[in-house]
Formats: sequence, structure tokens, C-alpha cells
Amino acid sequence: MLSLVWEEPVSLIRISKLWKSYGAKNVLEGLDFSIDANEFVTIVGASGCGKTTFLRMILGEEEPSRGSIEIDGEKLIAEPGKDRGVVFQRYSVFPHLTVLENVMLGLEFAGSKILCRGFGSVRRHWTQRCREMLDRVGLLASANDYPNALSGGMQQRLALSQSLVVAPRILLLDEPFGALDPGIRSDMHVLVRELHRELGLTVLMVTHDISESFYLGTRVLVLDKIRIDPHDPDLYGANITYDIPVRNPLDDIAGTFGEERGVTQYE
Amino acid sequence: MRIINHRPSRGISYFTAILPFVLLIVVYAVFSDARLEANPDDKLLPDATSLGNAVHRMAFEPSKRTGELLLWKDTVASLTRLFIGLSISAFIGLTVGVFNGIVPWFSAFWTPFVRVLSMIPPMAILPILFIVFGLGELSKYVLIIFGTAPFIMRDMEQRVRELPHEQIIKAQTLDATTWQILLRVVLPQVMPRLLEAVRLTTGAAWLFLIAAEAIASTEGLGYRIFLVRRYLAMDVILPYVIWITLLAFVMDFSLRRLNTLCFPWFGKNR
Repeated sequence: MLSLVWEEPVSLIRISKLWKSYGAKNVLEGLDFSIDANEFVTIVGASGCGKTTFLRMILGEEEPSRGSIEIDGEKLIAEPGKDRGVVFQRYSVFPHLTVLENVMLGLEFAGSKILCRGFGSVRRHWTQRCREMLDRVGLLASANDYPNALSGGMQQRLALSQSLVVAPRILLLDEPFGALDPGIRSDMHVLVRELHRELGLTVLMVTHDISESFYLGTRVLVLDKIRIDPHDPDLYGANITYDIPVRNPLDDIAGTFGEERGVTQYE
Repeated sequence: MRIINHRPSRGISYFTAILPFVLLIVVYAVFSDARLEANPDDKLLPDATSLGNAVHRMAFEPSKRTGELLLWKDTVASLTRLFIGLSISAFIGLTVGVFNGIVPWFSAFWTPFVRVLSMIPPMAILPILFIVFGLGELSKYVLIIFGTAPFIMRDMEQRVRELPHEQIIKAQTLDATTWQILLRVVLPQVMPRLLEAVRLTTGAAWLFLIAAEAIASTEGLGYRIFLVRRYLAMDVILPYVIWITLLAFVMDFSLRRLNTLCFPWFGKNR
């Protein structure tokens, strides 16, 4: 059958005329863009420019003041959900659970609504899945340790595997490597880039490290204030000032890193 | 070097810890001696022999009137009251505190109420308890509960709110329901804090227990102390006080041990 109308592929995340203000303070004004599946979008900007606020709105932790966020064409309700996994800079893992239990928690939430525990063959199956995940991020040797026995980098590996074991459509990263040593940080960069490619993830990451954003991102968004009133710095909010495609995300998924593409500058 | 930077070594620490106790005993012995010298029948500061006799009489000789070993009978009665009162208190405190901490609509009703409730001096309502619940065991439990539960409720609410918000968000991204968050994220993390809160309220619980026993009771450590006070029987009162202190110390110590045994992850990342 012939289709007469060429339909654009629906983008995974659609942000329309998004504003966020706290009282008289405008944080974000008029964000309007889309994110496709498999993209690795990094958002850079000075501290306090609203990039974390933006991530929190995608996460559902905060509500937009105006405008809307749609995921797969459905308007987002202001509540975190299973389609969006998250790793914060700190406190992403549960200190009272061992490494293995931390990873298994997502499977237990999904598979056992009342008791929240698996038994017998179900539990063995889950344990197997979690051990594979831990093996992938290099934490299998620490499976029975508590998080307070892990280094900062290992804790973030754990937080990643904990989110990924339930296969979220979108992975949100809020400066996840900001508190790590430089050497460990570059190990983490390699891991995250590999995971993005292997699992075909869509990633949205907030960072203030520009080189990190270009190394990891297939697309870099720069968030800054377009207009500034020197007498009232809070009057105008930030918007995307640069939207820079770095690589073709599909090349990344296929395993070959694409060439750098042109730079779009707004305004 | 500044005084704040001088530290005693480990061996000396044991010595310094024991010294005040030894000093207390010596001072007591000196004054006791002086008074007994002047009047051998003095009852205010009995010497070691009469203290020993009293302990033997209370703990190992059946009472002439009832044929019971009074010290043990009193101890069992008091500890039972304390245990029942504190357990109920812990249960109420945990339930109300956790819901106040995590369910905004629950907190909207009960947080202000609990705050006012905790301001009522428990001793002031003791007469009401006696009138309403009678002079039996129930009013003693209720006094202990009333004296400790509001503190535990408020402490638990605070501890739940102190959990990093990131954890609650993370659990929701793993598709946890409210029940599941309570069961797997909040409760296990506040249990060691509940033991801490109970440990800190045992002091208050003893206070209310002894007060209730002093006023209306027929057995119990507090009852006995206030009973023999009429005969100026310091030889019974002093061992009883030491015994109560020892019991309180053992309770405090075992609650601490229980916490480190049951929750090995707790305390390391604070």
C-alpha cells in the first residue's frame, strides 16, 4: 500500500515552549526542541543556568511553569516513572542493600508487587541477570559488599547498572562524574559510551565539563541566557544558545564513530 | 600545646574512667564512718555490712509477709512494664513517624498535632490516667507511652525526611509503588534509627515508670524505694538505685550492640 503522506519519525522527547520560573526569577525561557531515540545529548552551561532544573522536569521531579514535555507523543505527568532511569552525582544507591541487592531491587519492584521479593527459581533467574549486569560494569567481585565499602567510581557504576537492569527508554545523568577523580572519570566515560552503543540507549546528560560533553555526546546543547538585563539578572531565563551535532548517533550504535558534523548556532 | 590537643592514652583512659567511682565510694565511706562513729544507729549513710545485709535480705531471703524474693519480684514487675510500654511506644512512634515523613497528606493532619502533643508534660496528666485507666497496670503503660511515643514519632519523622531525596526519586524511576518504597527503602533504613530513638528514651521511660510506681502500685522497683523511704531505710534504697542504674546501663549497651549486629551498614557512611 502506498502512503501518500511522508510521516516524520516521531521524536522520543518533544519539548515545546518550555518555561520555568520560581516567583519573579525566570530560570528557563522558551525551550523548544526534540530528542530522537538513540541520541546521546549532553547539556552544558554555567552553574545556576538551569540545566539541572531542566533535567528535573524531564525526570518528573518538577513541573514546567509553561509549555509541555512529551515522551512518545504523550504529555509527561510530573512524577518519576520507569521509562526514565536516573543517576545523580551522589546518593543514587541504597546504603542498606548490598551491591547485588541494589541491582535486584528494580526487578523485585516489577516482579513482586506486595512482598517485593523473589523466591526459588524466580530469584535465581533475577540473580543471574543482575550478576551479568554487574559483570558488564566490572562490579561482580564486590557483589556482596555494601555501597559504603565502594569507591566513588564504583558507586556510580552500581548506580548505572541499577538503572539499566530495568531497561529504561531514557537514561538521565545529572553530573554523574562530577565528584570523581580524573582517571576514574575517563574510565567511566568509556563505560558509558560503550553502554550507550551496546544497549541502544537514549541518554540525556547534564555536565559543566565541556570536553566531557563533546567526548560523550552525539549532540551537545549549550544552555545560556540570550538576553541579560544588567539591572535585573533574574529577569530573563536561559535558552539553548548552541545546538551542536557531534556524531551521528546511529553510527555510534553501529559501532563506528561518525565524522563531526556542522554546527548550528541559534540567533 | 593547647589543652584541646592533649589526649590521654588508652591505659590511662581506663584509670580516669574508674577514678570518679572510687572517689565517690571513698567519700561515702569517710562520711558514713564519721556518722556511725557519733551514732551507731544512724540510718542515713549505712556501712558496707548493713548494705550487704539489706541486699541479702531483699534478694535471697523470702519475705516474712508474702514469702517472695522481693528484689526479683520488683525487678520482673518493673521490667515488664518498661518493656511493654516501650514496645508499644516504638510501634506507634514508628508507624506515625514514617507516615508523617513520607505521605504529605498524612503529615498535613498529624504533624502539627504530634508537635502539640509532645509539649504536654506527661506527669501533669498522670492523675487523668489514674482516673480514666484505674490504678492497675494499664495506667502505667499509658504513662510510659505518653512520655516516650511523641518523641519517637517526631524523631522518626525527622529521620525519614533526612533520607536523601535522590533515593526516593531513584526508587520511583525503578517503578516502585508507595508501599514498595515504604517496605524496601524507608523502613529498613529507619529501623536502626528507631533503635537509637528507643535507646535515648529509656531514661525518660524509667522516670515515668518510677513515678507511676511511687504513686500507685503494690510491687516494682520504684514502689519499693518509696515504700521503705518511710522507714528511712537507706540500706535498701541505695542498692535499689545502683541496681536500677545497672539495669539501665545494660539496656543501653544491648540496644547499641543490637544495632551494630543487625544493621552493619549503619553508621559507616555518616
